[in-house]
Amino acid sequence: MSSDTKKVLFGPVVDNNPIALQVLGVCSALAVTSSMENALVMSLAVMLVTAFSNLFISIIRKQIPSSVRIIVQMAIIASLVIVVDQVLKAFSYQLSKELSVFIGLIITNCIVMGRAEAFAMKEKPGVSFLDGIGNGLGYGAVLMVVAFFRELFGFGTLFGVEIFKLTQNGGWYQGNGLLVLPFSSFFIIGLIIWAIRQWKPEQVEKD
Amino acid sequence: MSNTKKTETVAGTLIFVLIICLVCAALVSVAAVGLKPLQTANKLLDKQTKILEASNLLAVALKPENIKVAGSEDKSIVSTYEKYVVAKMIDLDSGAIIEGDVNAFDERSAARDVTQSIKPKNDMAGINRRANSAVVYLVKNEQGQLNTIVLPILGMGLWDLMYGFVGLEADLNTVSSVVYSELKETPGLGAEVLNPRWKALWPGKKMFNEQGDIAIKIVKGGAKKGDIHGVDALSGATLTSNGVEHTLHFWLGDEGYGPFISKFKDGGLD
Repeated sequence: MSSDTKKVLFGPVVDNNPIALQVLGVCSALAVTSSMENALVMSLAVMLVTAFSNLFISIIRKQIPSSVRIIVQMAIIASLVIVVDQVLKAFSYQLSKELSVFIGLIITNCIVMGRAEAFAMKEKPGVSFLDGIGNGLGYGAVLMVVAFFRELFGFGTLFGVEIFKLTQNGGWYQGNGLLVLPFSSFFIIGLIIWAIRQWKPEQVEKD
Repeated sequence: MSNTKKTETVAGTLIFVLIICLVCAALVSVAAVGLKPLQTANKLLDKQTKILEASNLLAVALKPENIKVAGSEDKSIVSTYEKYVVAKMIDLDSGAIIEGDVNAFDERSAARDVTQSIKPKNDMAGINRRANSAVVYLVKNEQGQLNTIVLPILGMGLWDLMYGFVGLEADLNTVSSVVYSELKETPGLGAEVLNPRWKALWPGKKMFNEQGDIAIKIVKGGAKKGDIHGVDALSGATLTSNGVEHTLHFWLGDEGYGPFISKFKDGGLD
């Protein structure tokens, strides 16, 4: 793998993370991170949608009339999201019941549009596809970290497997009520951003 | 952007957009139509699972030997459902069993249709409109006698309508189970209505008191020991708990299954 490809694919995980550095797609990161399973499925869905919307938009980037390019991007993204939603309903009904609203909202996830407009409109299809996968990975990485803390300390489970036995189930652990609620992700994401910037001070904005 | 692009003219733009729309529409249609059978099967399976759960038959369907006979968990659920459960359409106002396609009936679209629904006078469950008909599920035992009746219910929780089923024993008073199938309550708080430990509080409770009035209640701080009408409220989820109580009161009352229940108790079924 050439270093350029590597940069496109893995750069967004830490160096150019869509949530931590670009601060895109935070809204859905709050909502779906109450369990790791939901977060994983959501990450995969976003990764697929970003990758394929990047691919298709890049293929037709030279034909897209600039006056209607946002609408065209939206149409492609929306179609992909509907397909993902339908597939989920057909093959993983329980998860789709929990995630359905948020899957639909991938359309409004700024990462997808942001990458389409900023990357796929300029670059070749192959590398655009990888960029989509990479940003999906970056999004997924943050989601999984947030979901790890929220599920473990909020519900005492990981991927639904009991780690701490909750008091309401006769155990010793009192679930953290704050982490159960979506806005607790703000704190966790804030801490993640702080941690990344401690590690990589070049990400800190100049005053 | 170069100006030599063919699609930069007005006509070019229109044609381009038209093509994109057609391609996207085709893609979405193919996915929606192609996956429809699987989705319908999933939906039905989910419903049947909940009905079996409400009548305490899910454990039977999930017995290893039954799964082995049927071939898979899903098939075992379907075959158990088909063996024990009979669906009947009823008219809610009169409580009488009526003719109707129980599989095609969709409570949600009926409730939206003004010709097929009414606005309840006392809408304590916050459902806004109630369908005129409902499908109830008669669950038989091995001997073919009526064991449980499963009634679909819906009512407002904290955030949105909660859909579920209540299972009543053949006396139409003793609860066998309260099972929610679809809700948007807060995980860890209101969504604890799905917690097996909370669900385990329901079996054996009586919906009606000796005078025949609805007596089931959700008790904040915990029901007293031996209270046959009281169920513990969920801590941290007062509005969801109230929602459950109001839902049950509405659906067991005169504008819900009340007429059906009294007719049934008089032996007026069949």
